[in-house]
Amino acid sequence: MNRRDLLLHLVPLLGTSGLHAQSAQAPPVLAPVLTRPIASSGEQIPVVGLGSWITFNVGNDGPARAHCAEVVRQFFAAGGRLIDSSPMYGSSQGVIGEALQKLPSPSRVFAADKVWTASPGATQIGASLRRWQVPRFDLMQVHNLLAWEQQLAWLQTMKAAGQLRYVGLTTSEGRRHGELAQIMRTQPIDFVQFSYNLLDREAEQQLLPLARERGIAVLVNRPFRQGALLRQLQRHPLPGWAAEIDCASWAQVALKFVVSHPDVTCAIPATRNTAHVRENMAAARGRQPDAALRQRMAEQVQRL
Amino acid sequence: MSEWWTYQLSDFLMFAPSTYWRLMELYNRAFWPLQLLALLAGGAALWLASLQRPAAGRSLVLLLAVLWLWVGWAFHYQRYASINLLAPYAAAAFALQGLLLLGACLWPQRSLWLQRRWGAKPGIVRQGLGGLLAGVGLLYPLVGLLAGRPLWQVEVFGLAPEPTALVTLGLLLLSPYLVARTGRWLLLVIPALSLLLGAATHWTFLV
Repeated sequence: MNRRDLLLHLVPLLGTSGLHAQSAQAPPVLAPVLTRPIASSGEQIPVVGLGSWITFNVGNDGPARAHCAEVVRQFFAAGGRLIDSSPMYGSSQGVIGEALQKLPSPSRVFAADKVWTASPGATQIGASLRRWQVPRFDLMQVHNLLAWEQQLAWLQTMKAAGQLRYVGLTTSEGRRHGELAQIMRTQPIDFVQFSYNLLDREAEQQLLPLARERGIAVLVNRPFRQGALLRQLQRHPLPGWAAEIDCASWAQVALKFVVSHPDVTCAIPATRNTAHVRENMAAARGRQPDAALRQRMAEQVQRL
Repeated sequence: MSEWWTYQLSDFLMFAPSTYWRLMELYNRAFWPLQLLALLAGGAALWLASLQRPAAGRSLVLLLAVLWLWVGWAFHYQRYASINLLAPYAAAAFALQGLLLLGACLWPQRSLWLQRRWGAKPGIVRQGLGGLLAGVGLLYPLVGLLAGRPLWQVEVFGLAPEPTALVTLGLLLLSPYLVARTGRWLLLVIPALSLLLGAATHWTFLV
């Protein structure tokens, strides 16, 4: 175990070490994973999930697929549940399906996927189900609002027939927020997905308050700006307040900023690095920043 | 696509650079030592392009046709398509280029439409440009090595799309037979587009 791994295992304990005195022999007791309710049902899901854009698209490379399976295994071992993918993510769906088959209890997965062209949703979903090797999807989203009127109607029909549990829509990188807001106001949807992070905070103005008002769960993509945010932040030392919220890395700072927003249900960082998936899941534990600290975090990162 | 102006090249890159190079490595390993044969074929193609005889020109386009069909099938369709949803279209374009080259070999008299505009012997500019493109294409593995990639991950003419397109462009410019007897522009379009696509992909690896 290297120093980073050691830190990742120990950091969740730091904030609670005064509360949970342990003997030297006792195994470490991790703080519970923070969960949030899906507003339309009350079902709780962990605030950190797993995305698969780029990272799990490894083609037919056997060792790379096995490595991704290990990432998924560690994600579940650390308390994760929600995995998000799309038929436009290349081989990612098949990689996830293979990984789930290796798990002792694949049924724990909260499977989120998308429909993304104007072709009938049921056809796409059938192909996606075969790749995921799951009996049904928990959440099916209209990818980037593509042909959303047509697709949403299909998805609602499938939900009513019990073939899906939740329906939603996605966008990313701040695109089409106006149209998404209009759909949120008028359509009975369970989830929305959009980008939100320490630097891209437009969602705070309209989408997040609207999600709360309309009882819509929120998935956040690009919490690290596809890694660019972390590459930028890692040139700077961690601020002193990071320890106050049990963060040992900028990744945890960035994730805690996102998931501590009361209207965010789950952030879905993508990785194929086992240390990073543990690091991300550790951000779902321990102390979270309050509104005042969140403001400080955003202001400080903006200045860096 | 709405708000198309907000998209960048990197938004369309659906795999990590490391995944691409790993795919190239597995491809190279699967067909080793075909790379050596392909480079020999490249040398032979260069020699054929320097000859004035029609039979040499026909042999050259036949050789290139086989390689384009091969790269389209073995690389784009069989491998690249596993990580890139657009690769099947690239495979189709490579197949079309292979068929066009095959057509130029089998029916050279049918494609005479550039004969009057271009002399039988390439001028110094065309020779220089053609030689440069073909040379860079044949020495393309060095580009990978200089970029710090392992030997197994280098791109070789006849197996990988970019060096194959480079050599093809160069030879089509160099060959006096092709200058006189084939619809050159038609044969240049797909290699040029392939190079542009490859350059765009490699550029996004860097940004």
